[in-house]
Amino acid sequence: MAELTLTNIGKHFGGAPALQSVTTRVNDREFLALLGPSGCGKSTLLRLLAGFEQPSAGSIRIGNREVANADTRLIVPPEERNIGYVFQSYALWPHMTVRRNVGYPLEIRKLSKSDREARIDAALEATALGPYGDRMPSDLSGGQRQRVALARCLVSDPTAVLLDEPLANLDVALRASMQGVFCDFHKRTGATMVYVTHDQAEAMAMADRIAVMNEGRIIQLDTPEALYARPRSRFVAEFIGDGAVVPLTGTSHSDSACEATLLGTRLRVETDTPTPEMACLRPENLTIAETGDIRARVERVTYLGGRYRLDLVAASGEPLVTQSNTRYAPGEHIGLALTAPWAFAAA
Amino acid sequence: MTLASANPSGSRSEGRLLSLILGLAILVTLAPVARLFFEGVTAGGSLNLTFFSEVLAKPATHSALRHSLVTAGLGTVISVLIGSVFAFLVALTDLRRKAALVFCLMIPMMIPPQITALSWTQMMGPSSVLLKTLGLAPPLGAPQPLYSPGGIILLLGIQHTSIIFLTLRAGLRAIPQEVVEAARISGARGFRIWWQVVLPLTLPSLLAGVAITFVTALGNFGIPAMLGIPAGYATLPTLIYQRLAGMGTTVLAEVAVLAILIGIVAITGILIQRFFQRRQRVHLVGSTGRPLAIPLGRARLPVEITLWLVIAGILVLPMMGLLATSLVPAYGVPLRLDTVSLDGWYEALFRQPSTRRAFVNSFGLSIGAAVVLMALCLPLAWLMDRHQTRLSRAFDSLLDLPYALPGVVLAIAMILLLINLPFTDLTLYGTIWIIFLAYLARFFAVMFRPVQSSLRQLDPAMNEAAQSVGAPLWRRLRDIVLPLSAPAAAAGAILVFLTAFNELTVSALLWSSGTETLGVVIFNLDDSGETVMASAVAMTIVFVVMILMAVIQLTSRRLPKGVVPWQS
Repeated sequence: MAELTLTNIGKHFGGAPALQSVTTRVNDREFLALLGPSGCGKSTLLRLLAGFEQPSAGSIRIGNREVANADTRLIVPPEERNIGYVFQSYALWPHMTVRRNVGYPLEIRKLSKSDREARIDAALEATALGPYGDRMPSDLSGGQRQRVALARCLVSDPTAVLLDEPLANLDVALRASMQGVFCDFHKRTGATMVYVTHDQAEAMAMADRIAVMNEGRIIQLDTPEALYARPRSRFVAEFIGDGAVVPLTGTSHSDSACEATLLGTRLRVETDTPTPEMACLRPENLTIAETGDIRARVERVTYLGGRYRLDLVAASGEPLVTQSNTRYAPGEHIGLALTAPWAFAAA
Repeated sequence: MTLASANPSGSRSEGRLLSLILGLAILVTLAPVARLFFEGVTAGGSLNLTFFSEVLAKPATHSALRHSLVTAGLGTVISVLIGSVFAFLVALTDLRRKAALVFCLMIPMMIPPQITALSWTQMMGPSSVLLKTLGLAPPLGAPQPLYSPGGIILLLGIQHTSIIFLTLRAGLRAIPQEVVEAARISGARGFRIWWQVVLPLTLPSLLAGVAITFVTALGNFGIPAMLGIPAGYATLPTLIYQRLAGMGTTVLAEVAVLAILIGIVAITGILIQRFFQRRQRVHLVGSTGRPLAIPLGRARLPVEITLWLVIAGILVLPMMGLLATSLVPAYGVPLRLDTVSLDGWYEALFRQPSTRRAFVNSFGLSIGAAVVLMALCLPLAWLMDRHQTRLSRAFDSLLDLPYALPGVVLAIAMILLLINLPFTDLTLYGTIWIIFLAYLARFFAVMFRPVQSSLRQLDPAMNEAAQSVGAPLWRRLRDIVLPLSAPAAAAGAILVFLTAFNELTVSALLWSSGTETLGVVIFNLDDSGETVMASAVAMTIVFVVMILMAVIQLTSRRLPKGVVPWQS
């Protein structure tokens, strides 16, 4: 196992930059998710780590070994990096049985037959595929195929496991159970894992840390809790979780607290910058109360099961979101109490 | 990742292997063509522009060019008439047994032209065994009606019907069914749909088919050689053959000019074909999944009977003529129960040293070409798809040239390239190797295209998964790429074998005593009056062809789309 270090990575295909000056580090034994809208460069970053693509700028280290460097034109091909890769399409070889698929990495490494069999059995056991060893991939269901792919990269003790949207082709019920499989796999092996997804629920559920990406850059790298509670940019605040972003003015700092004006009212905000310009209002920051700080009109009501999501427009014109246990009619006017929202610089 | 597949990284070893194989492939396929056209433009040596115009001014050149254009042009008209009727009916209506119909229509394409010509002459004329047996033979001394421009035109038309059929059917399949359904909803019916909707949309593919049919008919050697030489009617390919056979390599410069002449006409045709094929791809959106099946109603049975009668006329009857001739003890004897004899077969297959040699040569050349081309094309197609360089793209657009150009053009190019090996006194002319190298050049595209289309349908993750678990280049080629493209490669190899086994045009100009191929032997046997033996050898080839076609047909379900040429 090892840490992965990316220094000032850039990548362009033809003209358009897919990645720009990405510098980051994935710690040893960490489960990192790369999260972002499609086209943000997250898959490209993963393919650079695997060696399927060469960086146009910067360098990549796996552990102590430099595997790619755009300046010295060093490129260690994927087959010499000892990483595991799980594909969205599973990429099982259709002409090999499940056992041969799983054992192929060991064939390459020229392990003895008995050694090989033992490790294949262990990998099949760990992914609950024991009875399926002699089947062909075409005889398996989607979830089983993805478990074979996982067993295949587990069998050779890779220094890191890279996963490219591995659950995107599965239905919702299977996804939840496969998330459990990946988490167990991570706990048991302690492998450094990088997981690409566009589904934030998936990233939140599994990752130790999440790198939110947009337009070829990592916008914020933090724990799931910190990303939700303390976003540092408008993009992250709007991309992660539900809520609204509103401008604020007139910040004043006292010894321990910070006050600002937003939505026409003055209140305490949480922040770690001296000059915040935006505040993120999560549904739980807004409580419906007739004597509240501000007034708002109900625009739309969506039933979520057990509770309602209310789209609101504040008296000052900003759209807001909250939740409630009772139904309101569109057009109704309600009062809202605000509790210490998170404020951040706009950039 | 679409971006990724267009520009993937690989190891450096892949780049090195690509340059190596690509260099080899260019040498094999494009060097002869380049050599020929260099001969055409060079002012030095024995050839310059005055000589060029001298050859072009000869009356023999003029009449051969005129004959070529007339026979190829009118032959194309016949192909269009038969091929398009079949294509429209098979693609648009609810005919039964379409697969069998298509398969039978494809057989004339795979049967070599000299055998087509031989079989038709055995069906007609005063010495036809078939007609004698039926008592219908014209009196002795009556002319063989096929030894005429009309006969050449008719057989060229039948031989190339399937080209029109295939291109037109592919165009028809690309028409979204919604287009036709919308016309029917709007109230159009029957002929009106065909005339106002279907025909305009398929016109580009029909024109592309016409262009390529014309080029193929122009380059055809077997039919004008078998029918035209006895009638003293020379086309450009037969003129080249006669000059070279009569005078040897002293007339090489002159025939090179003639070859360039055909080459220019052919390339014009190929460019026209590509232009229309590109036009055909645009503008058609919508699902093309379900084939159209416009009900023919009460007309269905008569139409079916007519189509099968046409098949019988162009396939079954000539083959029966050929079979009948091969079974008589001597040419001219009518076939009766008491005259049936396998002597011709026995003599041809086991006695004659030249036919035995030809079987050995043709088998060896065809198998050798299939094996070498498979070894060359598999890694090349895979690497070219992964590393698209300017050179590999240019090669991709030119590699069909040796196959598309008429065989005589390639043969002359081969002689020019190999008659004096550079830096040595050695020559390959007159050895079997010049035929082998010519086959490699000519059938490269036949092997490369199916393999390429199957590899393009392969998920790039298959290879990347093997890379990520540590498999080096040769292991990935052996364990992943080879098994996954094996069905297409096998189909390609069978096609190469089939076409090489049947080949006459190239070897007719390149053979010498001891290196005869089957095509040459049939031609020579017929030429020297051994028609019974020629028919026996021809029947053997027809059987081999039909068995191999059936093998491909039966395995076609397991092959990726676009591999079997008659199932576009």
